[in-house]
Amino acid sequence: MQWLREAPSAPDLTIATGIHAPVLYFGTDAALSPAPKTPHLKRIEAEAIHIIREAVAEAENPVMMYSVGKDSAVMLHLARKAFYPAPPPFQLLHVDTRWKFREMYLMREYVAEKSGMDLLVHINPEAIKKDINPFDHGSALHTDITKTQGLIQALDQHKFDVVFGGARRDEEKSRAKERIFSFRTDSHRWDPKNQRPELWSLYNTQKNRGESIRVFPLSNWTELDIWQYIYQESIPVVPLYFAKKRPVVIRNGMILMVDDHRFRLLPGEEIEEKVVRFRTLGCYPLTGAVESNAKNLPEIILELVNARVSERQGRAIDSDASASMEKKKQEGYF
Amino acid sequence: MPRTKKQSAAAYTQPRHAEPVTSLQAFLDLQQGQDLLRFITCGSVDDGKSTLIGRLLWEAQQLFDDQLISLQADSRKHGTQGNDIDFALLVDGLAAEREQGITIDVAYRFFSTARRKFIVADTPGHEQYTRNMATGASTADMAVILIDASKGVLTQTRRHAFIASLMGIRHVALAINKMDLVDFSADVFRDIKSAFETFAEPLGFESITAIPVSALRGDNITERSGRSPWYNGPTLLSHLETLSVSRVRIERPVFPVQWVNRPDANFRGFSGTVADGTVSVGDEIRVTASGQTAKVAEIVTMDGTLASAAAGDAVTLRLDREIDASRGDVISLSKQPLETTDQFEATLVWMHDDAGLTGRNYDIKLATQNASAAITQIKYRININTLSHDASKQLQLNDIAECNIATSKPLAFDTYNRSQVLGSFILIDRFTHATVAAGMIRHSLRRAQNVHKQALSIQRTDRELLSGHQGKVIWFTGLSGSGKSTLANALEVELHRQGKRTYILDGDNVRHGLNKDLGFTEADRVENIRRVAEVAKLMMDAGLIVITAFISPFRQEREMARELIGEDRFVEIYVNTPLAICEQRDVKGLYKKAREGLIPNMTGINSPYEAPDHPTFVADTHNTTKEALLAELTKLVGN
Repeated sequence: MQWLREAPSAPDLTIATGIHAPVLYFGTDAALSPAPKTPHLKRIEAEAIHIIREAVAEAENPVMMYSVGKDSAVMLHLARKAFYPAPPPFQLLHVDTRWKFREMYLMREYVAEKSGMDLLVHINPEAIKKDINPFDHGSALHTDITKTQGLIQALDQHKFDVVFGGARRDEEKSRAKERIFSFRTDSHRWDPKNQRPELWSLYNTQKNRGESIRVFPLSNWTELDIWQYIYQESIPVVPLYFAKKRPVVIRNGMILMVDDHRFRLLPGEEIEEKVVRFRTLGCYPLTGAVESNAKNLPEIILELVNARVSERQGRAIDSDASASMEKKKQEGYF
Repeated sequence: MPRTKKQSAAAYTQPRHAEPVTSLQAFLDLQQGQDLLRFITCGSVDDGKSTLIGRLLWEAQQLFDDQLISLQADSRKHGTQGNDIDFALLVDGLAAEREQGITIDVAYRFFSTARRKFIVADTPGHEQYTRNMATGASTADMAVILIDASKGVLTQTRRHAFIASLMGIRHVALAINKMDLVDFSADVFRDIKSAFETFAEPLGFESITAIPVSALRGDNITERSGRSPWYNGPTLLSHLETLSVSRVRIERPVFPVQWVNRPDANFRGFSGTVADGTVSVGDEIRVTASGQTAKVAEIVTMDGTLASAAAGDAVTLRLDREIDASRGDVISLSKQPLETTDQFEATLVWMHDDAGLTGRNYDIKLATQNASAAITQIKYRININTLSHDASKQLQLNDIAECNIATSKPLAFDTYNRSQVLGSFILIDRFTHATVAAGMIRHSLRRAQNVHKQALSIQRTDRELLSGHQGKVIWFTGLSGSGKSTLANALEVELHRQGKRTYILDGDNVRHGLNKDLGFTEADRVENIRRVAEVAKLMMDAGLIVITAFISPFRQEREMARELIGEDRFVEIYVNTPLAICEQRDVKGLYKKAREGLIPNMTGINSPYEAPDHPTFVADTHNTTKEALLAELTKLVGN
């Protein structure tokens, strides 16, 4: 826990730029003393720890995906709990697209430094060579090459056989059907019609060489559970989740943040300042903000309790085609 | 007005009755004591299950505006309801399900109210998806069984109730749906209720709560309906919010070790989740397999140490002394030791297209214990529609059957009724690694289940130090007359000369004593070899080099011996002498008698011999001299 509380005293993490200043800031909430965990949170916390231990005990070469977002933050926190006082006995893997928000890169450096764990970063070399980006190539191609193909390259290169992911069943309807221990063929494909039955808390971790298993310890968590847990456990998250005046462009009804100089304005578009926050994080040109005044964790939780729209609404990549998440997952995406 | 099955979007955009929460403190106050209820919904699409779930999600404000909009778009594309919303599309998440209009797999849905959080396992209702329903039921605290009021209790209702009870669900809410189609008739409701109660009586549910609802119109879902003034019970949601599902508390602690945590030389902890009971600091614990005991010195978590840990808590135990325990060991209190068994009766739900066969070896996972297991007998198959018992030779997909299971080593266990963790297991195919079956233990088949292994001070390694060599088992296999006994005898003479401590277990000698009750049928031969393997193991434990000379014709039993004795201590010698040569030698005159029809089960003549696939050594007595073979064998044993 110690490293979490040291957060505000890491002064070198502020970078000023022309557009806005990404800054890590875990300020005011620490002053609150959260109530004891509810029986519900205790139950899903223990379940996740059980899952993480089970997967690591039966894995040869496990790795945890670290995508810098709130779910990753919670999953990493649970992994630390599972193996305390030892550090988690695996590496973290970030599949970078080069288009994440700058605050996310700061957060990544911070976690790499504070967690004491190895953090691998993989960027698909083809994406660098061809300068794959969301503006020229569109969200589908950009996501396939930088995320799906990038992930498969990293898994093949390191021969990871068990891969933790932070996906939740409440996010999207094909995820609602996925197992906690989700089997992948040697070409990383998911076959939704041929999943292993998963009963009680007995997980079948057996596989042949080359095959792998994606493990989702947060399967039974909801977005609200995640925020309540972050609040009660004082887990640091990227400040983009908190409302602030930010430079944005409205495009097709989505509020896009102008995070760096690579942003391309269409004719007639103008950068304006709005008080916004993000419910999910990804590549900044593909991730919509929401107008909100929730500046801290209590306000986020309240906003969520009274929410009218779902979390993935701001995600451009989910709505590309019907059943698009299922299709991407079959191809190897998380 | 014709009743359309699916609800239109307009009905769902009315203001919901819940008040917005205005302060975090109010919210947290609401949340304190909020627990989790996991339930399963059973019923086919025609019963209105999707509509019911859609209604519950909506009423609990868990269906968001953008989801509703995407549902409307989906409904136009795949739905069968014109411009109306098809709620089946909300729960049928896979493309194949939406295209085919059926539910194939379990989906998990989440919603919460001020009192509780809920996880709904929405499971398909058709008979061919029995395994999926069993899967969903395995983690559920209660079941909502839907009945179409216009149809009453159907075969599938009975099937759903049976599977729910089989998987240990003790509480049922009977949602008698489409009450609007029967004009909210109290008589119809009572008839269906009592028909179900009569049928379900032998299933032993603790509570059955029948509720008259219309999922479509929202009657008695969250608010009492004015159309059923005769009904005095709870609405469906208030029943779900208040039902007490606390399981029978088992005091006896069970702690399966998941992981040994040793970050450095100073810390050694055993990590796992308490399965039953409570473990406290100061308790004297016992490792079931080895019998070793120690006291709990500390219960470690990242949030600080605990005085005690209860069922469901994921913790790390530090003990007051070094004991040898690892993943797969199960810890109990030393004054309340656990039973172990290697043979038990269990109910199996077969979950794979490949048939389940008696005698075939599978991997078994029971809590954190792994072993191999075989079905020794299929006692009967249960017809899930009539509950009658049918004879069955093998298990097909979705079969539910009562079976006897034997495992390669004793496992800590309990009955499923008492302990969900120690009483449930899965069987895994050894080649494809698919999960082929789920099982629930009914009882042990061993009378010796209360004999707990003593932790002895002198171990095999100590005895081996004294002997100056390792204990081993040299297992000769081959046809009768192939030369097993001759080679075994010569090998023992040579080893004895070298000062090694040896013993021969010979087929004929053992059959005159220990195994004189056994004949030569397939079953007796299996038992013969099992006993020999057990005796050989004990003698090896005593530090001896044990030489066995048995035909041991079946691969499976030799594999059993190999597993029992341990790969590194088991030396398999295949005495490969052609049948013609053996028959020509016919030292005991057995082949002659067999050819005359006087011996019914003579290996090689009218009973099969399965040659080893990968023996440690093949002794070719036909083309190699006895001296040369002996030299090779001596070298092999010396290593």
